[in-house]
Amino acid sequence: MTDLTRLTAADLAERLRSGEVTSVEATQAHLDRIAAVDGPVHAFLHINSEEALATAADVDARRAAGEDLHELAGVPIAVKDVVVTKDQVTTAGSKILDGWIPPYDATLVEKLRAAGMPILGKTNMDEFAMGSSTEHSAYGPTRNPWDLDRIPGGSGGGSAAAVAAYEAPLAIGTDTGGSIRQPAAVTGTVGVKPTYGSVSRYGLIALASSLDQAGPCSRTVLDSALLHDVIGGHDPRDSTSLPEPAPSYADAARAGATGDLTGVRVGVVRELGGEGYQPGVRASFEASLDHLRAAGAEVVEVSCPSFSAALAAYYLILPSEASSNLAKFDGMRFGLRVEPAEGPVTAERVMAATRGAGFGPEVKRRIILGTYALSAGYYDAYYGSAQKVRTLIQRDFAAAFEAADVLVSPTAPTTAFRFGEKVDDPMAMYLNDVATIPANLAGIPGLSLPSGLSDDGLPVGFQVLAPARADERLYRVGAALETRLLAAAGGAGVLADAPELETLTDTTEAAR
Amino acid sequence: MTTLVDYDDAIARFDPVLGIEVHVELGTATKMFDDAPAHFGAQPNSAVTPVSLGLPGALPVVNGTAVEYAIRIGLALNCQIAETCRFARKNYFYPDVPKNFQTSQYDEPIAFEGYLDVELEDGEVFRVEIERAHMEEDAGKNTHVGGSGRIHGAEYSLVDYNRAGIPLVEIVTKPITGVGARAPEVARAYVSALRDIFRTLGVSEARMERGNVRADVNLSLRATPDAPLGTRTETKNVNSFRSIERAVRYEVSRQAAVLDAGQSVVQETRHFHEDTGSTSSGRVKSDADDYRYFPEPDLVPLAPPREWVEEIRASLPELPALRRRRLVTEWGYSEEEMRDVVNAGALDLIEATVAAGAAPAAARKWWMGELSRTAKTSGVELADLDVTPQHVAELQALVDSGRVNDKLARQVLEGVLAGEGAPEDVVTARGLEVVSDDGPLLEVIDATLAEQPDIAEKIRSGNLGPMGVIIGAVMKATRGQADAGRVRELVQERLS
Repeated sequence: MTDLTRLTAADLAERLRSGEVTSVEATQAHLDRIAAVDGPVHAFLHINSEEALATAADVDARRAAGEDLHELAGVPIAVKDVVVTKDQVTTAGSKILDGWIPPYDATLVEKLRAAGMPILGKTNMDEFAMGSSTEHSAYGPTRNPWDLDRIPGGSGGGSAAAVAAYEAPLAIGTDTGGSIRQPAAVTGTVGVKPTYGSVSRYGLIALASSLDQAGPCSRTVLDSALLHDVIGGHDPRDSTSLPEPAPSYADAARAGATGDLTGVRVGVVRELGGEGYQPGVRASFEASLDHLRAAGAEVVEVSCPSFSAALAAYYLILPSEASSNLAKFDGMRFGLRVEPAEGPVTAERVMAATRGAGFGPEVKRRIILGTYALSAGYYDAYYGSAQKVRTLIQRDFAAAFEAADVLVSPTAPTTAFRFGEKVDDPMAMYLNDVATIPANLAGIPGLSLPSGLSDDGLPVGFQVLAPARADERLYRVGAALETRLLAAAGGAGVLADAPELETLTDTTEAAR
Repeated sequence: MTTLVDYDDAIARFDPVLGIEVHVELGTATKMFDDAPAHFGAQPNSAVTPVSLGLPGALPVVNGTAVEYAIRIGLALNCQIAETCRFARKNYFYPDVPKNFQTSQYDEPIAFEGYLDVELEDGEVFRVEIERAHMEEDAGKNTHVGGSGRIHGAEYSLVDYNRAGIPLVEIVTKPITGVGARAPEVARAYVSALRDIFRTLGVSEARMERGNVRADVNLSLRATPDAPLGTRTETKNVNSFRSIERAVRYEVSRQAAVLDAGQSVVQETRHFHEDTGSTSSGRVKSDADDYRYFPEPDLVPLAPPREWVEEIRASLPELPALRRRRLVTEWGYSEEEMRDVVNAGALDLIEATVAAGAAPAAARKWWMGELSRTAKTSGVELADLDVTPQHVAELQALVDSGRVNDKLARQVLEGVLAGEGAPEDVVTARGLEVVSDDGPLLEVIDATLAEQPDIAEKIRSGNLGPMGVIIGAVMKATRGQADAGRVRELVQERLS
């Protein structure tokens, strides 16, 4: 029998539709896989077996009754723990929300439920999405399925690892500076940060409101497009949500899958490559450019000089907004509450004790940075200047998109690094996001897909960027490159090269 | 504590400068940034949503009606309306602020640069310059339990978030100079004029006692009108017109005493005490207050289309000052009569009564006379009496047609107030109509004359002196329902 966990979401959906398999079978297969491998991988913080199976059974019953169901109905999914789920624990990877059960669903979760997608559980992440390795999760890191001694990327390492380890065909991530794309790159999976406003932020525990965007994680470009079609669309509860309807991204991915990009202009961003990028990463990137040329695309070079200031601007805007967004975690209404060890128990002292005990070091670092940057007398020099840089970056993109229909770069400068390598060096950690951050500052969409392996045997991510509200270009170009890469590799995807994870069953058998 | 300086003495030697911040709670159906009901008096923490509780993941959405109300207020205060403006976060930690920041407007208010002409009781008019009117959300309400009931020494505190997120408009004046001894009156008249405007615009119930309208009064003294502004204090949450006057008077006397003693006024917030009419030191305000304002990233800039603003301007109701001026002319009241009517809260009632057909003088007579006395006796507002302007107009029509006389009219009104129905119903039910049919009257007259033959003889002989005795007896016998003039005529006929 086919291993249901190895199917793409599109394939699984097709088999569910044809009646070849049931959603209960597919959901159970993924729950079994989680039970078998998630011990060491630790992609999940909470698993919702009961609810997922109930949803699956409901979908199966409705399908049997001949009901018209959504295309992805019955396909299970994992959701990053920064997205609130009604009656299911949501912690954002922080001790300050340990055990918190939200009374409401995020809009995108409502959409998943409406589509009949069983939610397997909530995935691990850096605390409040602050980090590039999941080493800042208060509940211990997620391990990269390619090499358990290496990071799965972050902050959405849990979602990427779950998909890479076949624990889920699809996952929801959020991307504030690369938290969907960089984990996708280092785990050999696909991840998309949609245009800012494409997917509702209602119910996303905010890190930086002007940068956050939820998006799909998957093993193929088409699967991400299918998921984007489910979760996208206007939401009156999010004032920054785009009002106009979006085209079908799945259609764009299917069009791209023909492998023909005749007439498409692809711009290589000069500033997102070269020095600081691992040679194996550069080689894989160059090889992908050749595939694009072969597909009929015209490859040109573009320059975005303001990108040199992007990282600095990002690390002023993000902490500033985060310092305010995270003020509500004070022990007064929900989550952790810590009373001071000695002295009077006043509201102010409970707030201080709760925040002192509940936040991890990276969160504290960024709250302090942001509080400082917004202080009277410093505002113009820091937050004000950073916003000006943001405008310059938007102009650079606008000019670049005059010369090219999409822009491309390696997603991350390096392949997955080892645990502990950068955790004590914030600057080195921050530099990992140098190629992904500009898209967030400009609000434009970006996709990362695996372009092959580096000389160290680890996967490399290829990033495609498009103008705001032109997300369909990501799917078309991404799918075309994916088709060409698959053909060149004889039909096997990058993940086929990943080592098989030891499963609990294997261990038991070995022990016999 | 420093001895206070006598108010007149203080004013003789110092020039007071006022600055007033008024918060008005808008009477929208839902809150400023979410769809929780914005009602008063619900069970604690029942009128809340994830947004007004500041739960993780919740996002604000601007209430369009609140924006319209803010624009109405801005236009009524002769302000410019911003072509584009933004909300900002005011960051501070306090348990009644669920997100630990208040969503407000900072450097981009929706309305700015206006004025309001304020009329004092003697008719003198002061122009108060308005700096800005901006939108923001209210905080929750803390209740401190145990100990003195104040925050210090309380055993614990309760927070009710029903009020958190109720839309507010804050109106800030420029420094109000040149008011001299009339500072307390100007402060009171300004807030009172605002209250009337809020009601006329229909943007708020504007009930001071419920805290719908709250005033913070800034006051400073300087040696002469040419001197730079002195250090100010801000007396917070003064919630009645009388208290506003008293707070200003007190601060003038207190600050004069401080300055006389060679000390400096401390820049601080102060609390007003209703019982003693005094203020006491609150929190010291300094440059150290840093709210780390920045533009609210969860909201997009607000750009009210010009056509919409003009539509709102065109639909503004007649404002109170203009309306009074018009009605004085139309009704022929004296300025003094009009002030009394306004102060009694009878303007709307009289206008409606006139609209229902009564003459302005008659309408005023009823509302300011009989009905005012009744309201006063029962301790209710005129508008809350069980009588409508329509009733009053009908009653006056009965008088005008001669169907009831003044005395009967008062009895009819008594019946209306007692809930016996419209005037016509009361007349029928109580049988109060003037007896105009001569038949029954003659019977009574004949009986009366028969009972008092001596008096009848006197009248018959031309001595009309005791006529009143007969008329009085007849009126008594008819329980006042007879027309006294007709009784006189009939008696004379009978005895001629």
